[in-house]
Amino acid sequence: MDWLFLAEVSLAGIGAGGLYALTGLAFVLIYKATRVVNLAIGEILMLGGYVFFGFAAGLALPTWLAILLTLAVAGLFGGVVERLLIRPMLGESPISVFMLTIGLGSILVGVVELLWGANPLQLPDYMPNTPLFIGEAYVSAKVATAFAVAAVTVVAFLLLFRFWRGGVALRATAGDQAAAYSMGIDVPRVFSLAWVIACITAAASGMLVGAIGGISPTMGVFGLSVLVVVIVGGLDSVLGAMVAGLFIGLLEALTGAFLGGEFKMLATFTLLVAVLVVRPYGLFGTHEIERL
Amino acid sequence: MASNVSPLPKAGPPASAAAVPALAVQDVALYFGGLRALDGVTFSAAQGSVTSVIGPNGAGKTSLFNTISGFYKANTGSIRFFGDSVDRLHAPDRAKLGMARTFQNIALFRGMTVLDNIKLGRHAHMETSLLDALWYFGRARREEMELRREIEERIIDFLEIDHIRNAPVAALSYGLQKRVELARALAMKPRILMLDEPVAGMNREETEDMARFILDVKEEWGVTILMVEHDMGMVMDISDHVVVLNFGQVIAQGEPREISNNPEVIAAYLGSGDVGDLRARVQQGRGRREVA
Repeated sequence: MDWLFLAEVSLAGIGAGGLYALTGLAFVLIYKATRVVNLAIGEILMLGGYVFFGFAAGLALPTWLAILLTLAVAGLFGGVVERLLIRPMLGESPISVFMLTIGLGSILVGVVELLWGANPLQLPDYMPNTPLFIGEAYVSAKVATAFAVAAVTVVAFLLLFRFWRGGVALRATAGDQAAAYSMGIDVPRVFSLAWVIACITAAASGMLVGAIGGISPTMGVFGLSVLVVVIVGGLDSVLGAMVAGLFIGLLEALTGAFLGGEFKMLATFTLLVAVLVVRPYGLFGTHEIERL
Repeated sequence: MASNVSPLPKAGPPASAAAVPALAVQDVALYFGGLRALDGVTFSAAQGSVTSVIGPNGAGKTSLFNTISGFYKANTGSIRFFGDSVDRLHAPDRAKLGMARTFQNIALFRGMTVLDNIKLGRHAHMETSLLDALWYFGRARREEMELRREIEERIIDFLEIDHIRNAPVAALSYGLQKRVELARALAMKPRILMLDEPVAGMNREETEDMARFILDVKEEWGVTILMVEHDMGMVMDISDHVVVLNFGQVIAQGEPREISNNPEVIAAYLGSGDVGDLRARVQQGRGRREVA
């Protein structure tokens, strides 16, 4: 056993896991606030990557401006989607809403292919390239940066939920919408806010993922791993998304390195099945949530 | 126990304003497609009184509550709250004006403790913005904690739920959950308290406790009470004014005594025949409480 190799693979896996956790958070946020299972999260992430590409490469804007504009566009996108597509579906069957998000994902893929073509593209380099060593183990500087950004964002979120009134409103809305509404909490605004913040988060994640592996219209499959993450962690659990994100990142990296890339999916979905058998609501999920 | 001897801050309104009803419902109609859930409903609730709305199942009582609290928008008619029209306000804004309500099937924030549930009642009255929250340490925080503590202690003592303050609400008995819901409504600093079947499903002892709490809220806090209830004994006992709904229309209103002898009301409850039986039951319920 090569311990150094194991350490390097593990670090890379945890790095990827950070991005799973971040994207998972976006998913959980929407689920928690609005009970919508948003299967378009991977495509929204992809959209973030492309919009950044458009600003940074297409319009050749400075990186910081491109990032800010991308986040702004993503927020706007989230608000518009919630208002125009999700809100009218209030009270409809969860399956209908769920199908709607699948449709939204397909449309996004189509739009991106129309605008930028189907071929993979390289994001302009905006992250440090110097190799990084933790002890003797090599870590890609990009992965490390992405992980650091993801970690800071996740922590910021946790603090925000804990101390900001909007966070309280969100938790109350997640608990009981009618009660929250009757107590002066503007539930529709909470819905909007959840979508805005979640889409911003997903887009941020997309910029990070794209910087590491490039962007392509099919990068939405990242969302599939994220779905596994949030189901394992519990659809409505922020903590679950974090723990499961890191764990699945690690699991994928180890499986890929020691068994071969084709076993990655097998490993994660085996884990998914195993967790669902033991805890149908996920590791940290609320018991009453719907079982998928 | 004796901590609430200090004069209560929420005394009744100035005498000059007493003529203005706390709540005036004028000609309110609510249609669901072709169904007239409410049809020309007119009544008012005097300040500092207990007004009960009774009627058979499906008479529109809960629809009426939902319309008053802003969950539904009345198709016609108007609702005045202490003289001011609230027709254009959404539920959260009505809550901020001092309309607090409970729900027929308990709507607590499951997964939170009793104390957190009650604290959330104050949400509508807190003006902290995101920026304040970041600055949230020090004096402002301390002041707010003190204020909150006082309110919480007062409410918690008053409703005798101190022993369960840190218990998760989901673990409580039905009767206690109802009491926590009442506590949360009181934390909203209500000017009117709307109780949707406050004693439904309760045993006699719990019912009597609840009746006592309701009267105490009215007398000690000067809060106007509007309630929907099926327990005739309790309604006749603690109400100042009774409004009878049937098929969305007010078929009678007046003092409890008049109502309990009104043949139309009795017919509405039982269909034709068997009037004597209900009258006996109503009067029995009354006698029971007078003995107690």
